[in-house]
Amino acid sequence: MTEEIIIAGFGGQGVLSMGKILAYSGIMQDQEVSWMPSYGPEMRGGTANVTVIVSDERISSPILRAYDTAIILNQQSMDKFEPEVKPGGTLLYDPNGISRQPSRKDINIFKVEGAKKAAEMGNTKIFNMIVLGAYLKIKPIVKLENVIKGLKKSLPERHHKLIPLNEDAINLGMKSVEVVQKV
Amino acid sequence: MGEIKLMKGNEALAEAIIRAGTDGYFGYPITPQSEVLEYLMASKPWETTGMVVLQAESEVASINMLYGGGGSGKKVVTSSSSPGISLMQEGLSYIAGAEIPILIVNVVRGGPGLGDIQPAQSDYFQSTKGGGHGDYRLIVLAPSSVQEMADFVPVAYDLAFKYRNPAMILSDGAIGQMMEKVEFFEPVPRLSDKEVKARYSWATNGKLKNGERRILTSLDLDPQKLEDHNHHLQEKYREIEEKEVRYEELQCDDAEYVLVAYGTSARVSLKAVKLLRDKGIKVGLLRPITLWPFPTKTIQNMVEQGVKGFLSVEMSAGQMVEDVRLAVNGKVKVEHFGRLGGVIHSPEEVVEALEQKIIGE
Repeated sequence: MTEEIIIAGFGGQGVLSMGKILAYSGIMQDQEVSWMPSYGPEMRGGTANVTVIVSDERISSPILRAYDTAIILNQQSMDKFEPEVKPGGTLLYDPNGISRQPSRKDINIFKVEGAKKAAEMGNTKIFNMIVLGAYLKIKPIVKLENVIKGLKKSLPERHHKLIPLNEDAINLGMKSVEVVQKV
Repeated sequence: MGEIKLMKGNEALAEAIIRAGTDGYFGYPITPQSEVLEYLMASKPWETTGMVVLQAESEVASINMLYGGGGSGKKVVTSSSSPGISLMQEGLSYIAGAEIPILIVNVVRGGPGLGDIQPAQSDYFQSTKGGGHGDYRLIVLAPSSVQEMADFVPVAYDLAFKYRNPAMILSDGAIGQMMEKVEFFEPVPRLSDKEVKARYSWATNGKLKNGERRILTSLDLDPQKLEDHNHHLQEKYREIEEKEVRYEELQCDDAEYVLVAYGTSARVSLKAVKLLRDKGIKVGLLRPITLWPFPTKTIQNMVEQGVKGFLSVEMSAGQMVEDVRLAVNGKVKVEHFGRLGGVIHSPEEVVEALEQKIIGE
């Protein structure tokens, strides 16, 4: 199993930390992982993206131009990464902030109202965990228990009290994901 | 071996610097390697191992602090990125001339000039052919994973002290910034002053018992003496070329074509090998781990065994390709492919380049 993912949105949406938690979860179940962020002067408030690879084998290129899954959280990222999903691959997006719907006919498309649900939960910071939950519902590449272990590893001890909230958000994401198109 | 951690290449390097028994780190922040200094400052090794971590006033100061620290037999290191490494070239030439073991890490970014902060491999010439003035060589190791960012620190120190020669870890912004699994070696204690004295007869850490002074210098105004010194250096370099070549061959056994790549390009090229093999093209990857000394003989053997062409894949306008050409010596086709200025080529671009530049005609 090799899953090559791009997570893309605005800086501050928790794109990089979502990728980090996914990578940690892979480690918790003895898989190979890589986490390659975009970095640069454009990051604050601008676009941010991270390529995460989880695999049973040694990972070759951490930099890709074709992905099994694209998780898209703003319009610029839709424009850039929709064309880079492999045929038969998966695109998951949050319709909030998306002005142009995805148009590919050869990929599986899902959506999750992450921003809206996070606002309903009264904590916009757990937005990324809702999206992560939606992704894991579509592609259960890592077990939820390993995600929780991964969270423990990646969060400083003083934030461990927030883990149940994160778990709730992941579960909410799993319930909220909607199928737009299946191929 | 201990716990598996998820870390950036720069952080893994910094942790390895502490664990390798380093006496002093001297550096000046620059993207994309600032995490090295940040990690060291946050780890406060001065409270545990007694290691010094100092933010120097400039890169020029850092390299000269290494000249002094290394000259007294201490294990010292600096890290920077391309423009900062350029500033260090004068000091590096002096250090090579005076035969002082030090470690220098370059997390390369796009150039020339101030360039940008994205990953590049355009400092190959500077690292392997000199960079500063005079006839000298650095031992250059090129990690292509976060694990190797850690593992190459003790290897580079060992080589530096074995040959009394500066060693360099030549990385790039991608390896520095990405996170992967890493498992660390057990920490090595720092040497005591007594151990340094006993081990390194050349180190300037006090007069000898007979009152004789130890002097380390790169200056000798007598041309005959300086020629002798240069011959001595050259003999040392020949010995390193003979004994210290390191590389990795991947799927080369039956390969008709070979990609030659190091660092991030080697990772991208390995994916290209998979894509090409899926198409039925027999391709392998030669990954030089030491860029100097270069695996010249390995390439010559490949030519003898019937490899029909080589593509040197580098994030540069074509630098390592010259060493591949020297090894191949005109016997088969050698071409270069690479994106420039901080752009990383995709595996698909490498596939296309091999098909067009090497297989095509």
